[in-house]
Amino acid sequence: MCLTLSQVTKRYDDRTVLDAVSFDVNAGERVALLGHNGAGKSTLMKIILGLIPANEGTVSVLGHAPGSIIAKTGTAYLPENAAFHPALTGQEQLCHYLRLRGEPTKHATPLLERVGLGPAAKRRIGTYSKGMRQRVGLAQALIGKPRLLVLDEPTSGLDPVSRREFYVILDELAAQGTAILLSSHALTEVEARTDRIVILSSGVMVANDTLANLRRRASLPIRLQVSATTGNADEVASKLSGDRRNGVMVDLVCNSEEKLARLGDISALGSLVEDVDVIPPSLEDIYSHFSKGGGA
Amino acid sequence: MNRILASSRTEFVIALRNRWITISVVMMVLFSLVLSAAGSAPTGALGADKLSVTVASLTSLAVYLVPLVALLMSFDAIAGEIERGTLSLVLTYPVARGELLLGKFIAHLAILAIAVAAGYGIAALTAVVSDTNALVGLPALLRLFWSSILLGATFLGIGYGISAFSRRPGAAAGLVIGLWLVLIVLYDLGLLAAIVADDGGAFTTGYFPWLLIGNPADAFRIYNLAMSEATAAAAGLTGAANSIPPLYALISIAVWPVIATTLAWATFRKVTP
Repeated sequence: MCLTLSQVTKRYDDRTVLDAVSFDVNAGERVALLGHNGAGKSTLMKIILGLIPANEGTVSVLGHAPGSIIAKTGTAYLPENAAFHPALTGQEQLCHYLRLRGEPTKHATPLLERVGLGPAAKRRIGTYSKGMRQRVGLAQALIGKPRLLVLDEPTSGLDPVSRREFYVILDELAAQGTAILLSSHALTEVEARTDRIVILSSGVMVANDTLANLRRRASLPIRLQVSATTGNADEVASKLSGDRRNGVMVDLVCNSEEKLARLGDISALGSLVEDVDVIPPSLEDIYSHFSKGGGA
Repeated sequence: MNRILASSRTEFVIALRNRWITISVVMMVLFSLVLSAAGSAPTGALGADKLSVTVASLTSLAVYLVPLVALLMSFDAIAGEIERGTLSLVLTYPVARGELLLGKFIAHLAILAIAVAAGYGIAALTAVVSDTNALVGLPALLRLFWSSILLGATFLGIGYGISAFSRRPGAAAGLVIGLWLVLIVLYDLGLLAAIVADDGGAFTTGYFPWLLIGNPADAFRIYNLAMSEATAAAAGLTGAANSIPPLYALISIAVWPVIATTLAWATFRKVTP
């Protein structure tokens, strides 16, 4: 077990920011931490990193207390909006971090090349774009093959291509046994990229499961989008008792048990129907279901 | 140790890029040159060698300038990292806060030593060139050098403490300037006013010497002037403190860096990024 949280509670004055949060992250597992702004994601990460103490509960990082030398040695962190000293070059900044971890500085160039910063290595970080700074942040998080990787909104500021490259690197790390905990607002991108989803809502953990299980538990309606052949949209809509959306499209809503029966109804219409799309509830739907207390 | 040196190295590069090294060296050299040009007048009257007189002038200069340079270098050390958001990341590395602080301290002290050496070196050179007897004053110059480094170390520690305490560079900058004004300028004026009001009473004989020696800048001045035997070249309050044994002043300037850096470390430990 790389990370174990048990009944972690954090209070600021009389405001409870985290309320008895418990979950684990195993080696090689990618866990997404989701929640609104102020849900307690960053606070939880700071507790895991040993930057702030919890009021109650226990945290075990690689079997040790958060903030201990062993925990720090095995953990890498990428802060939200990673910032560095603008006067240093990417190369110098990375050499600094390598020295702090006791690693040889010759690793700086391969690390920078791995995150696509090879050509900019000798330029000052002050001249970098936000996405480039985020890549420096990722490069420093890759130093020394960490056993636990904590990433706070890692892809904010990255373009779609960079995001894809970023997740490829994460997948490689997970395959090597690194436990990954990442927070994100971009729900659709974590959908296919994480093994488990933890949802925080106002400091309370409202969900901790795989996406498939969350879908099942939420039992949100499924949308069937039927394309009628030309001129037949009204007939299709009335026969399926659905809503006509435009000239050709008809929307049907059903729950997962009814899905096959409805599909049978559609195929029975034969030449009236040109195509059908099955749209499962999106992560956004599931997320708002659980964060509104639907899973509690 | 490697982690401490890693921080020092990076801080030194940053100071080089930010022109801090250039600024402090130029400032020290410029003031030293002006001082040695202006200070050449009283030589004949005193019969002292020229370097000893220069050292006396440099002492008065260093009391103002060394704390100022040290405070200007240190006020941003922690507050700046908090504001940029770099502190939370570096604190997740397997580095103790004391090591981080020590790394910065070594780098800043090295820069200060370079600036002081350049300034005093130029002043000494002009003294030696115009007076062949000036080498007699060399021990005084060396004493001035290492005591200046200790004075600088004290004010670096104070600067770090203020930086950690105020958490914002703007507030830290205001506080260090205020502190410099109080400790270096107003403190002596305040003591002077108290002496005048006391008119030779218990304050003047009992508390005044300790209050004077308790201020690192005054202790620095007393020590250097008493040891260089050129006290006559120095005017002002220090003359009144002739009764204080130089050893006490030495203890004060040696202990202050330890107190200041320990306080800075204790304040930094409480900072949550």
